[in-house]
Amino acid sequence: MPFIPHTEEDVNRMLSSIGVDSIESLFDEIPEDLKCGDLDAIPAGMSEMEITVLMHQRAAADGQPDCFIGAGAYDHHIPAAVWELATRGEFYTAYTPYQAEASQGTLQLLYEYQSMMTALTGMDVSNASLYDGASAAAESILMAVRANRKSKSRRVLLPRSLHPAYRKTVQTIVQHQKIDLIELPFDTTSGKTDLDALDNYSGDDITALVIPQPNFFGALEDVDALTNWAMSNGAISIAVVNPLALSILKPPGEWGDEGVDICCGEGQPLGIPLSSGGPYLGFMCCRQQHVRQMPGRIIGATEDLDGKRGYSLTLQAREQHIRRSKATSNICTNQGLMVTAATIYMALLGGEGMAHTAAAAHANTGKLVEKLCSIDGVDTLFSSPVFHERVLKINASPKNVLRSLAAHNLLGGYDLGAEYPELGDAILVCATEKRTEQQIESFRDKLDRIMNRQAKCPVTPKFDQP
Amino acid sequence: MLIFEQSQSGRRATAQAPGNAATLKSIPESLRRKQPAALPEVSEMQSVRHYTRLSRKNFSIDTHFYPLGSCTMKYNPRGCNTLAMLPGFVARHPYAPESHSQGFMACMYELQEILKEVTGMREVSLTPAAGAQGEFTGIAMIKAYHDANGDHERSEIIVPDAAHGTNPASAVMCGYKVREIPTMKDGDIDIDALKSVLGPQTAGIMLTNPSTVGVFERRIREISDLVHKAGGLLYYDGANLNAILGKVRPGDMGFDAIHMNLHKTFSTPHGGGGPGAGPVGVSERLIPFLPVPMVDYDGDSYQWLTQTERPQSIGQLTAFGGNSGVLLRAYIYAKMLGREGMVRVAEYATLNANYLMKLLTDSGFQAAYPERRASHEFILTLKKEANELGVSTMDFAKRMLDYGVHAPTTYFPLLIPECLLIEPTETESMEELDNFVEVMQKIRHEAEHQPEIVTSAPHSMPVKRLDDVKAARELDLRWQTPEL
Repeated sequence: MPFIPHTEEDVNRMLSSIGVDSIESLFDEIPEDLKCGDLDAIPAGMSEMEITVLMHQRAAADGQPDCFIGAGAYDHHIPAAVWELATRGEFYTAYTPYQAEASQGTLQLLYEYQSMMTALTGMDVSNASLYDGASAAAESILMAVRANRKSKSRRVLLPRSLHPAYRKTVQTIVQHQKIDLIELPFDTTSGKTDLDALDNYSGDDITALVIPQPNFFGALEDVDALTNWAMSNGAISIAVVNPLALSILKPPGEWGDEGVDICCGEGQPLGIPLSSGGPYLGFMCCRQQHVRQMPGRIIGATEDLDGKRGYSLTLQAREQHIRRSKATSNICTNQGLMVTAATIYMALLGGEGMAHTAAAAHANTGKLVEKLCSIDGVDTLFSSPVFHERVLKINASPKNVLRSLAAHNLLGGYDLGAEYPELGDAILVCATEKRTEQQIESFRDKLDRIMNRQAKCPVTPKFDQP
Repeated sequence: MLIFEQSQSGRRATAQAPGNAATLKSIPESLRRKQPAALPEVSEMQSVRHYTRLSRKNFSIDTHFYPLGSCTMKYNPRGCNTLAMLPGFVARHPYAPESHSQGFMACMYELQEILKEVTGMREVSLTPAAGAQGEFTGIAMIKAYHDANGDHERSEIIVPDAAHGTNPASAVMCGYKVREIPTMKDGDIDIDALKSVLGPQTAGIMLTNPSTVGVFERRIREISDLVHKAGGLLYYDGANLNAILGKVRPGDMGFDAIHMNLHKTFSTPHGGGGPGAGPVGVSERLIPFLPVPMVDYDGDSYQWLTQTERPQSIGQLTAFGGNSGVLLRAYIYAKMLGREGMVRVAEYATLNANYLMKLLTDSGFQAAYPERRASHEFILTLKKEANELGVSTMDFAKRMLDYGVHAPTTYFPLLIPECLLIEPTETESMEELDNFVEVMQKIRHEAEHQPEIVTSAPHSMPVKRLDDVKAARELDLRWQTPEL
């Protein structure tokens, strides 16, 4: 029997100890008329060898195209040691460290993670992770509403330049809390949040302001001005950042005159594979004064009976298992294994290694944009400096162009049409440090052919289109 | 020693990152970082050695018996990990077009179908990232349903007092008031108390069956009829289906929404506290409100269902489709079990729990519900030991660590004093269960003769008992370089 060790003799001895004659009689408290029949719709079991063949076929079917899509999930190099270590059984098959003395490995690692995240963000404290960047943004807004006791309005300014999937997730999660989410427009020339539009709210009761860096268009926001606006208007400032970018960009703890109140984001760039969008990890940091409003697990250093340093879950009075309906969030487990990977990643790269990686991605995207813009009918849309993504305006239907590129096994970017119809025909492209000169050159050639010399395209599409 | 304490300025794991820092001249100075982040500076080998050593300070399923009640610490098959990590799966971008996603989507679609069948629900969405998000989703769908019917007066969610803390917390996140109802002496819900709180203000009830106290709620049909008659819906906290797979289905019991913790029943790794996955299933009336994205199949190819196709959906819960890598592992596990394997899970999990409960009660320990069958788990109360020997459940739990057994869940559910919630799972052998009984007997013997050994345990762990009060009072939440 797969994964069940019992021999027939074991079963007989166990049943006789219990004093019943069959396993079925252990289910005698379930009313007969409720019992279900066979699970007919589920196929018979497969051996490991059979499932291996099937999964190899399925994985191969998706083609591993050259990926120039970013849009919140980035194809970075992951050092081999990261997942070699993270999938060690002692990390992989442990649970939430409720028994601290038997979980010092995970607990110390989480404490190191918290220390690394505060070093990267310039904030005072970090929790031990949330689900992903989008849900972390939603939790940050809920936290800001709790923390800002002076504001009564529950109005939160959410820039349109924030990732559309984050805005949707925030909407789903906070919609029952009587919070008013107000969209802040972006400047159509620069691609940054429109500071004049923000000024319309000066003097109003605003509970929180969300500040993405870089924003969804890859553009770098005027974070000092935005943070100072929040401070002078009594709003909690919430940074939504790319942690890898922070290795070269000013940390949120130093934005404006006093830094932001809360900083959150998607930890995926820190050694976590694309993996169809998850599992990733949401991180959240804040100032010391807000720590009791923070959701999620937090690890603290303490001492044992002999005065030796050790680590345990702390500030549990905020959490659902103690506070129940009055908890700061319903979150229970987090993304422990992803944190394990991210911590090992940051230890291996260090501040300088991360900065080199970020700079290489920045430079690669610069190269890509330059190459693509040499094609007739392709141009940059916004003037702002970017981190490693940029919006391109193309003189063709993005949908058709991206489909043709995909047929050549190349994912050419994210079509902005559905979420930002006001931008016209535009795509968002990204070249991480992993994209080679040849891949970039090949992207240029294919795009050029599709846009300008379509008739001569010699390549037959490799994949059927839906 | 922390990794930070091994750091030497200028040391690098040079193979890991591009060598030459590319120019940042297009980024204005005012937006740049002035100094590299103060992360550890260590070699590759130092990192590997450090984290390997740390891992050895953990108990885990791979190293120890881990009967943590309500957490289902069963064996996590290695094959599931190996196959979910195939390059085609880990490299797939969440926004890859459907043309480059059919292999992955086929797995997700089939997982939806498998979960529909084992729960008896009409449709399943895989997207919630964990159990607590699944609960939130269940209640948010119930709210969306009442709202769509113009039924805005329903303001209360009923929750049994034994319920997991996430239940009331999730109800509150959906804007509901929580009404608690008591559990009776035999572990079933107090139906009279339920009747007294049902009314036009009832939006729904959150239940687990087998309940949090580890017994099957025998009058579930009556409960579901009562709640439905009052106009409320039933949410099933199916955190754990280990005791009922192939035996009884929440859909047949009358539930309208259910979430399933795949990191329990479907054996995906717990990872030191996540990631999990908490798919939801629904009855007919809640189908329009399921969270997106979902996978559809037209007999030829697989398509994503988004808010466009499902305009009444409660929306999305994470940036992309949830914890896909976890879902893949659960899918592989389910495929290996097949229909016969599913039933066996319930049968052997129940056999192990009842065997262990019998042996422990025979050797003088007190079960919380001795007259009831155990489900996949059961509760002992050490009230007698605490009163007579001055040794608490926490002391027992800590001493177990010295004997190489991870402690069961302690002090949960809250209504049973000095309790241990014990869940052996189907993947443990009889010898392992016998050993656990011996350990419990040894600890009681020590408690009778040298209680200080027990009350000061553990003695063989990397640290002795930790001062949690100090941790909370003198917050030390990050490493700071000592001032020179």
